[in-house]
Amino acid sequence: MFNITRRQAFAASGGLLTTLLAPQRFASAAAGNTLNIAYNVNLPSFDPDVGPSSVNPTIQAIYRSVFDQYIGQKPNLAFESGLLTGWGWNDDKSKVWMDVRQNVVWHDGSPFTPEDVVWTIQREGKADGGNPVAFIWAGIDNFKIDGHRITADVKQYDPVIFKWMAFLTGYVLPKAYYEKVGPQGFEKKPIGTGPYMVDAYEGNAYLRLKANPKYWGGKPPFETVVFKFVPDATSRVAEIESGSSDVTLEVPYEEYDRLRVKAGLKGECKPISDIAQIFITNGGVMDDKNVRLAMCHAVDKQTIIKRLLRGYGVAIDTLEAPEYAAYDPSIKVPYDPALAAKLLAASGYSKEKPVKFTIQTTRGFKPKDYEMIQAVVGMWRNVGIDANIEIYEIAKHFELRMTHKLAPAAFYNWGNAIGDPTCSTGFAMFSKSPHSAWHSDDLDAKIGPLWGEKDEKKRIQGWKDADRYIAEQGYILPLLQYAQPILYKSDLKVTANVSGALQPTLVSKS
Amino acid sequence: MLIAIVVNRMVMALLTLAGVAVVVFVLLRVVPGDPVAMMISPGAGPADIAALKAHYGLDAPLLTQFWIWIRGVVTGDFGTSITLHLYVTEVLASRLQATLELAILALLVAVVFGGGIAIAGTLMRRTAGETAIDGLNSIMLAVPDFIWALALVLIFAVALPVLPLTGRIDPDLAQGFATKFYLAESIVTGRFAVAANILSHMTMPTLALALPLAAMIVRLLKQSLKEAMVQDYVLLARIKGFRELRLVLQEALRNAIGPTIALTGVQFTFLIGGTVIVERIFAYPGIGNLAIDAVINRDFPLIQGLVLLFGLIFILINIGVDLTVATLNPRLRHA
Repeated sequence: MFNITRRQAFAASGGLLTTLLAPQRFASAAAGNTLNIAYNVNLPSFDPDVGPSSVNPTIQAIYRSVFDQYIGQKPNLAFESGLLTGWGWNDDKSKVWMDVRQNVVWHDGSPFTPEDVVWTIQREGKADGGNPVAFIWAGIDNFKIDGHRITADVKQYDPVIFKWMAFLTGYVLPKAYYEKVGPQGFEKKPIGTGPYMVDAYEGNAYLRLKANPKYWGGKPPFETVVFKFVPDATSRVAEIESGSSDVTLEVPYEEYDRLRVKAGLKGECKPISDIAQIFITNGGVMDDKNVRLAMCHAVDKQTIIKRLLRGYGVAIDTLEAPEYAAYDPSIKVPYDPALAAKLLAASGYSKEKPVKFTIQTTRGFKPKDYEMIQAVVGMWRNVGIDANIEIYEIAKHFELRMTHKLAPAAFYNWGNAIGDPTCSTGFAMFSKSPHSAWHSDDLDAKIGPLWGEKDEKKRIQGWKDADRYIAEQGYILPLLQYAQPILYKSDLKVTANVSGALQPTLVSKS
Repeated sequence: MLIAIVVNRMVMALLTLAGVAVVVFVLLRVVPGDPVAMMISPGAGPADIAALKAHYGLDAPLLTQFWIWIRGVVTGDFGTSITLHLYVTEVLASRLQATLELAILALLVAVVFGGGIAIAGTLMRRTAGETAIDGLNSIMLAVPDFIWALALVLIFAVALPVLPLTGRIDPDLAQGFATKFYLAESIVTGRFAVAANILSHMTMPTLALALPLAAMIVRLLKQSLKEAMVQDYVLLARIKGFRELRLVLQEALRNAIGPTIALTGVQFTFLIGGTVIVERIFAYPGIGNLAIDAVINRDFPLIQGLVLLFGLIFILINIGVDLTVATLNPRLRHA
């Protein structure tokens, strides 16, 4: 029989009161050495190279804290040395070379070696290994190690392979350790070479990291970092407002505006590499160029940004945001409802006899997604387009898109943290991509040759030309570039990352 | 007789679970949302997609997939989670305790709170106190658990920031546990400061889940008590000079509690269902929170395991309620 004495009951009551009232509960990271981040997603898996999590852009900040990428990336998307200090092709681009950083150790103290790099690339390139972009990594093979230089044969030339080394699944894992503990063992006790080491993890609750004292990039600013997984936006607002977290992100813009001026808090809301767009699927009324162009010219993007997103966002006319490599500011698709009405009239449509189709959208998956589509549909109605809104789950969107069964118009957001046109215009518009909606030979003829173009200037210009052609044909309706609201305590300094990854290494004491 | 009831219910439970297994398996494949479609990269070709489907065993015919899965289930192998890369059995085993602790604590709070108010209302019947209790109870009944959750967040995490909003325990204290029953273990092992910390984390989710159930208990138990209080045996006890509180607790309550137990049992299953949203709001690491991620990511093996687990919990609760009611009511026991 278990008995609680009066003294023990008193101790418990005291403990509860102390827990509730202790001032250090909400102590600032700047005063202590622990950074609490109210994070917007859960971390399902520690393997950054395999499975659905590996291609989830919102988790990359955590992966970048524990692991290092082959190639690093600055907050402005520029590339920098990572675990590779140098990289490139030979002259005829039939081989690649990579110089591996020296004097790096894994979190268990074992040395990081070129063998780790080769093993990781080979593991990622296995068709049945579970890497969602295995085709990228399988493009190089027949590795040779000479000191700290790795060379490999190019099986299929991909001008973007080194950019992918700073992108999704571009993380180096420890060969010897992984082979020793296996996939499940690695999930339970992961190690990397990154700035922080995994100290404790409870799925759907928190991840506690400790600074890696032997980090090759210098000791990180905080001794301890706690990612609290708080997917509910209201709860994240409460976390930062109550002071129990030091930083949070992706809160509603209304809350951001309210809290950024509150004493003790600051805010940053900068554009990130994530855009909103409306896919157009060919067939039916969408085969009419006048209808497509009318859809594009009828939408007042600035008003949507101003009214719905409180001014946070950047209107775009192509799938390239200003920070991307193939951004061309001269490509314009102006808001012109008169022109839209004229185009529709040329095809026999008017406000009295509107063209009708369905537009699909998520609701609550992205900020104001449904409201944006309601606004777009309202603007379309004013020129003679009667669109019926269908709400669906994001999982359904992926399946319909893969099988080319999306509605004539479908809202979606598209991330591209390396800013290369292959990962925006390329995959969104090339008919061979399972994620494209518009399939036509004329566009494929323009995009197809660019995948293997070896002249970088020519390649980027080719993508700009493709973007101009897409805008002229109205094959897609780019809406806006999202801005990411970040709230933090005023005694901290946060460097906004265009990739959207809120890495703890970008937070410091001000 | 009780043994016969148990055997009968166990057989029915197995049949129900088998039905649940078939339904969830088929539904997941019929409802749009292919897990491979969610993870393929934009540049993946048909061969890449086929390879990923093969990797996750989704390329086999439906019947074959079902056979492989159900054969595993019978032997305790629910497969491997697509998103977590861990055995489903292991994941469920590690999360279930958190939800059980939360649900049981919420049930206890609801019973004590609801039962106490019902008895107080009975003692105060035909007075202004009863009217006040009925009015407050109507409000409590009308507000669902997730609204309670948000209201509690506003009060105790924002306006008066005295309670931790998220998680189950402060990360610094989450060590040295032999089980995942953190609260129970910390109390049993005498780590009362840790228990207090866990309780402070559990206060808001517990209240959010408990208040609607407490309101139902108040309404039903109070009504049953009022009916019991005019029965002859209560009148006899009153003539004997028993005090009002003793009349309620000793005479009326024993006879009035049957329907409340039955309802509480049924509502307890709803309470466990309510953990899905409440755990999400408070970032509480139980099976409810896990279920939302599993559905969003179309993690078929995990969803299947979770649905079977929820089904098993519901069945066990119902069996428990039936047995309790049968034990307390001789007419049912011998029927």
